[in-house]
Amino acid sequence: MALLQISEPGQTPNPHERRVAVGIDLGTTHSLVAAVRHGVAECLPDAQGQVIVPSVVRYLEGGGRQIGFEAITAGVEDPQNTIASVKRFMGRGLKDVALAGRLPYQFVDHPGMLGIQTVQGEKSPVEVSADILATLRYRAEDTFNADLYGAVITVPAYFDDAQRQATKDAAQLAGLNVLRLINEPTAAAIAYGLDNASEGVYAIYDLGGGTFDISILRLTQGVFEVVATGGDSALGGDDYDHALADWVLAQTGVSATSAADKAALKAAARACKEALTDSENVAFKAELTGAEVVFDVKRSDFEAVTQKLTDRTLQAVRKALRDARLDASEVKGVVMVGGSTRMPHIQRVVGEFFGQTPLTNLNPDEVVALGAAIQANQLAGNNPGGDLLLLDVIPLSLGLETMGGLVERIVARNETIPCARAQDFTTYIDGQTALALHVVQGERDLVADCRSLARFELRGIPPMAAGAARIRVTFTIDADGLLSVAAREQISGVEASIAVKPSYGLGDEQITRMLADSYASAEADLQARAIAEARVDADRMILATQSALDVDGDLLDADQRAAIEQLMRQVRAACDLDDAPAIEAITTMLAKDTEAFAALRMNRSIQQALSGKNIEAI
Amino acid sequence: MNLQATDFELFGLAERFAQDRAALDARWKDLQRQVHPDKFADQGAAAQRVAMQKSVRVNEAYQRLKDPLKRAAYLCELHGAPVNAENNTAMPASFLMQQMQWREALEEAHSSDELDQLRGECMQAKRQTLQDIERLLDDTQDYAVAVAQVRALMFIERFVADVDRRLDQIES
Repeated sequence: MALLQISEPGQTPNPHERRVAVGIDLGTTHSLVAAVRHGVAECLPDAQGQVIVPSVVRYLEGGGRQIGFEAITAGVEDPQNTIASVKRFMGRGLKDVALAGRLPYQFVDHPGMLGIQTVQGEKSPVEVSADILATLRYRAEDTFNADLYGAVITVPAYFDDAQRQATKDAAQLAGLNVLRLINEPTAAAIAYGLDNASEGVYAIYDLGGGTFDISILRLTQGVFEVVATGGDSALGGDDYDHALADWVLAQTGVSATSAADKAALKAAARACKEALTDSENVAFKAELTGAEVVFDVKRSDFEAVTQKLTDRTLQAVRKALRDARLDASEVKGVVMVGGSTRMPHIQRVVGEFFGQTPLTNLNPDEVVALGAAIQANQLAGNNPGGDLLLLDVIPLSLGLETMGGLVERIVARNETIPCARAQDFTTYIDGQTALALHVVQGERDLVADCRSLARFELRGIPPMAAGAARIRVTFTIDADGLLSVAAREQISGVEASIAVKPSYGLGDEQITRMLADSYASAEADLQARAIAEARVDADRMILATQSALDVDGDLLDADQRAAIEQLMRQVRAACDLDDAPAIEAITTMLAKDTEAFAALRMNRSIQQALSGKNIEAI
Repeated sequence: MNLQATDFELFGLAERFAQDRAALDARWKDLQRQVHPDKFADQGAAAQRVAMQKSVRVNEAYQRLKDPLKRAAYLCELHGAPVNAENNTAMPASFLMQQMQWREALEEAHSSDELDQLRGECMQAKRQTLQDIERLLDDTQDYAVAVAQVRALMFIERFVADVDRRLDQIES
């Protein structure tokens, strides 16, 4: 298509060219990229037609990465270097990660965010996520044959500031311009087109691989107002797998200790769970070192051993409804999101709770990415008449530590963003010249029970009597739900502020290192693509030459033929090397040296066409 | 949009306590449609910052206007009768007695039924207080008396929040 576009020098081919903006669902188990094409949002497939990229990255010895299905396949043999469900580690310290002991990774504990030791050294969850995002970015750029203007990336509604910030860092590391972070349930509602003629209250029940979200949305005239959100950022399909695997182990008396065994069990549990969606009975099969586990699992067994998990989701639903001051009967529709909502008992239980059949007609894996694409298209200015407006809320309360380790709440959860709140504090000692501020997020009253987001100090307060200084602390939350805090002593005008990052985001040094790493790997990725492309061209040339020899080889004498065959062998040999320019050079030589042969063939075909036809027919 | 205008001016509403929630919500959404940063996503950082400022101001006003307690306190403040909750906790003895009874009932309640009943009582008191406030603010414009009722409402709301917290504990 690009070849057909001709434009005068200095002129753009199309002054009103659409900006390519995509929606990305960066999921725990898999990720997708979608875009609006010809007015319709669709997920972009890879060369094999797959829209899903498993959120799995394997780091190879000596450099290089495998991402997605490739990583899953290879990862069974190499679990320590194959990072799956990295979303659970975003913005999280080691102590925050439930079941860390049963994961096959070598974690490195840092204040703020953990790291994972791999053959390529320590990797931050942000880097791993950036690798997944970069894969999706390349896919989109290849699809449109254009640079991306920007992306809307979805996060669970329940993600706190540290997790959102980590997600945004990952996107930037992957070279994406983040138009907006939006909540996954909101994206799902957009995809279902709930903006048209769907006035009322909707519940979005999102059970993904590693997170559970419930959001209560109120829709009026194209406005998506999140009335309440709730959920559990460590509850998802993975937990159903673990519960099933644990139960089977207990029933069979087998134990699994090695990393490979744990990975094999997890895969077996997952396969069994998925098969139970369509069958009442499934054999659980896993090959462990020294033992083969085969056990018959009934759907009712599975429902029973995961009952506690399902109940936890309903508890969160009740709490969200209470926050919204609504009754289940006031909910007009229920949207199901996330692959785990395919489990029949989830659909049944949710249907019973709300007294209606939940909406399941869109693919629950794709629905979030589709909604994000629609929002991205609008934010990029491609849809000027668009009437879509998201009024999202902050998922968790934000506050400051006060005397005695108590939290003074500044912004309450479920407040519409963007928003700003100010509160006045004062000094409590005569002559106090500095005030330490500790920003926390959470619903509990004790600082120790909340998440620490940042610490900073306001210095240079002029010495005054205790209680005389007036220090106004302002919390500002932008439309992405990210926080910045400023403190100002009102009498002297002394100020301090912080974009909340250091303690739970990444330090500048880490960012610098990662950027350097990502440039290096981008270079490597570029080379890998060049090599792959050169090989494809070489293969095509060899095939064409071979078929020409097969048909018209008699046009050549023995020496000419030998020379061409020698060149073909050289091209094949070059393809075994990882050197794109060398492959291209020898392929070009083959093309050039077969030109005379091609001319002979052309003459023959013309003669064949002419022979047997009279002059008038020409 | 004048960021210094009162919440009522900003929303183009009459400066009074009684408000139509549906009209308020519709006005909020209209305003956000005009000023939300998403409407300026393709217009650069400066436009984003201005939009953010306006959007924040609209949300701030909306938070105050939609909540009867905050709206009442705001009206009192606009008319020279600030609530000053931190420094002014003097309440009539009868009100304090009722508060103590409620606190005792909360201590003794162990089931969600008992808590629901207590909550119902509080909501009844809240409705009564809101009616008094509406009369004082809109009919007699007696801000000095209204402000005392606003403080009473703050006590009631805090207590309801405590009841809700206990309900959360029992149900989880």
